[in-house]
Amino acid sequence: MTVASLPQKSAWKAYSDWANNHRKWLFAAPAMAFVAILIIFPLAWTLYLSLTDASGSVRAESEFIGFANYTEVLTDTDRFWPAVARTFIFTGAALLVQMVLGMCIALLLWRPFKGEKWVRVAILLPLVATPVAVGMMWRLIFDPNIGFANQALAWFGIPAQPWLSGQDTALATVIFIDIWQWTPMVVIILLAGLTSLSEEPDEAARIDGANAWQRFKFITVPLMMPTIIVAILLRSIDALKTFDLLYATKGRGGGSFNEVETLNVYAYGLSFDYNDYGLSSTVLIIFFLIIIAAMWVLTRRRKDVQK
Amino acid sequence: MQRTILRKAGITAAIAMFAGGSLAACGGSGGEGGEEAGSDTLRVTLANHVWTEQIIAAIPEFEEETGLTVEVTQLGEDQLSAQYNVQLNAGTDEIDVMMYRPLQEGKLFAQNGYLADLTERVEANSEWDWSDFQQGPVDSTTYEDKVVGIPTITEREVLYYRTDLLEQAGLEVPETLEELEAAAKKINEENPDVAGFVARTGKSPAVTQFSSFLYGFGGDFIDDEGNSAVASPEAKEAYAYYGRMINQYGPENVSTDMSWPEAMAIFTQGGAAFYTEADSLYQNATDPANSQVAENVGFAPMPAGPAGSKPYNVPSWGLGINEASKNQDNAWKFVEWATSQEMVLKIQQEGVPGPRQSVWANPEGTATYPEDLAAAIEVSAENGVGHDRPLVINVGEAREVVGEPIVVGITGGDVEDAAEKANEAFQKFLDGERK
Repeated sequence: MTVASLPQKSAWKAYSDWANNHRKWLFAAPAMAFVAILIIFPLAWTLYLSLTDASGSVRAESEFIGFANYTEVLTDTDRFWPAVARTFIFTGAALLVQMVLGMCIALLLWRPFKGEKWVRVAILLPLVATPVAVGMMWRLIFDPNIGFANQALAWFGIPAQPWLSGQDTALATVIFIDIWQWTPMVVIILLAGLTSLSEEPDEAARIDGANAWQRFKFITVPLMMPTIIVAILLRSIDALKTFDLLYATKGRGGGSFNEVETLNVYAYGLSFDYNDYGLSSTVLIIFFLIIIAAMWVLTRRRKDVQK
Repeated sequence: MQRTILRKAGITAAIAMFAGGSLAACGGSGGEGGEEAGSDTLRVTLANHVWTEQIIAAIPEFEEETGLTVEVTQLGEDQLSAQYNVQLNAGTDEIDVMMYRPLQEGKLFAQNGYLADLTERVEANSEWDWSDFQQGPVDSTTYEDKVVGIPTITEREVLYYRTDLLEQAGLEVPETLEELEAAAKKINEENPDVAGFVARTGKSPAVTQFSSFLYGFGGDFIDDEGNSAVASPEAKEAYAYYGRMINQYGPENVSTDMSWPEAMAIFTQGGAAFYTEADSLYQNATDPANSQVAENVGFAPMPAGPAGSKPYNVPSWGLGINEASKNQDNAWKFVEWATSQEMVLKIQQEGVPGPRQSVWANPEGTATYPEDLAAAIEVSAENGVGHDRPLVINVGEAREVVGEPIVVGITGGDVEDAAEKANEAFQKFLDGERK
């Protein structure tokens, strides 16, 4: 017997050595499992569905049809491309007004004043309301026959407007509602940025004789740039994906003429009204790619600013 | 502040998954947590309806009789559809009894195998008497010779009108569509604040109420060969008529998103003289708690077109049993109880028209109805058409296709052109389903 008898490691010791050497994997494992189950699996499944002709029931047999759905969606000028356009018009218009308006309000609230607390709470109110409730409320206000909006117009002798029920006015009206609801969030973010700014550059500029506009344009805005981009990033992702507000105000398909049908509403209709899961998944995957692209552009811009 | 932003970012990330994950998530849930066979708890999913309220009020009796516990989930129509879509797709066994729309989802659900075969059960109990159910409703809850559902509510389109406005204008109740248009025009001209006519305007919800006009002009959605018929001369006339009635004599700035709650609201607030709608909703108009014109509501059969008075006569709701349910025997007890002669009579007396011939033949069955409504229903049941939407598998999509010319007409657009386009799209749709 010449075999050297190595000291027997206990199983527990072996494990703890292994664990000690692979700490980073071990501690990250729960988080990674979470990501895999709740993000990667659904995404992969949707990607798979988008390559099949699944319809009727997800459990029904479906055929693998390659990129046929993608060809169909990308050449669809009746529903898909108008929905893409509406998604961007909605997001762009809402975002632009929210940023400008949000910045104005944040600047007004920047310096302490009497009753500041109450004003801040009042401004935050739209933000805490549920979008569906907000949608229902505005639907009543904008009702063409009995709504408050048209009554208010009547006091000034302005004829009644169709608002949400007009083919050309519906999209603008939902953009208005989105602005009403989400400007407060932009205000909060910008206000946080403003309060953390140091006074010195502003003071120095003032001594050098810069007027208020110059100080805003050349001092405040450049210093605020990282915060502004965060606000744009959060708001644009949210706005791109808006669903509840649109569905609560105009119902399925974004109205009878698809007036406010964005990509999200379109994809919902494809799966829940038409039961066409393959096509719906395709739209969602394309939509997902669009959001990723938008986020990538914005985060790159943010890094450039921070350099 | 920082925390708010972080939290917002977290929420945003969570929502981001919705875009990609919503569909796939449907596939993951369900499957586990199944009950033992013949559990004492019965899960019943019902839609918001007067019928449902009556059933829920009577459930304690059922529970006492059988010793079962009934858990009811009650949802609005659209939410109910979405719920079924998600849950049944996932093969859930957590729904035992389901209230569904035979004409809207019946074919799809049966084809997907969501509905249990009830053929043997309906024939087993002669006292409950399956042969007592009206033939039209029975046809639409039967799929490939198998009974997959029991009709619970039937409806026909009737004309709701304001007796006071008609009297004031010195008009008789219109019996033809021509007379209806003339009357609507006259009342609208004499009372600029009151619309002559209102009806559903949403592309999809309007289809069912438009169907009686379509049949009255002699058209249909699909012809005998199974091809699209929505561009026939009759259909074009019907589209033009329906659109013109709302465009010219309807409420000002009319929305094109109205389903029955919105259209009914205009009528019950005194905003319109005539309104065509399903008879099963009549209590909304005659109940003083909901209606400002309750005293002055009259009912008449659907006015006749060139082809006569041809309202739809359909089962709007039925009860089915989930194929994946492990509690089917108890589920059937519930269905049998809810559709028994006594229950149908009781509920019909409360204002929900039922599917049983014996109940209609029984004078008690219509005793609580306004007389003119009972008369209108009787006429409609005789000359009614058995469908109020295209009979296809994917009804949701079909309704949007054939509903397009309606909204074009309502907004004063080119109906002729819209009907041609809808015809082309509908033919493509039908060809797709036939594959």
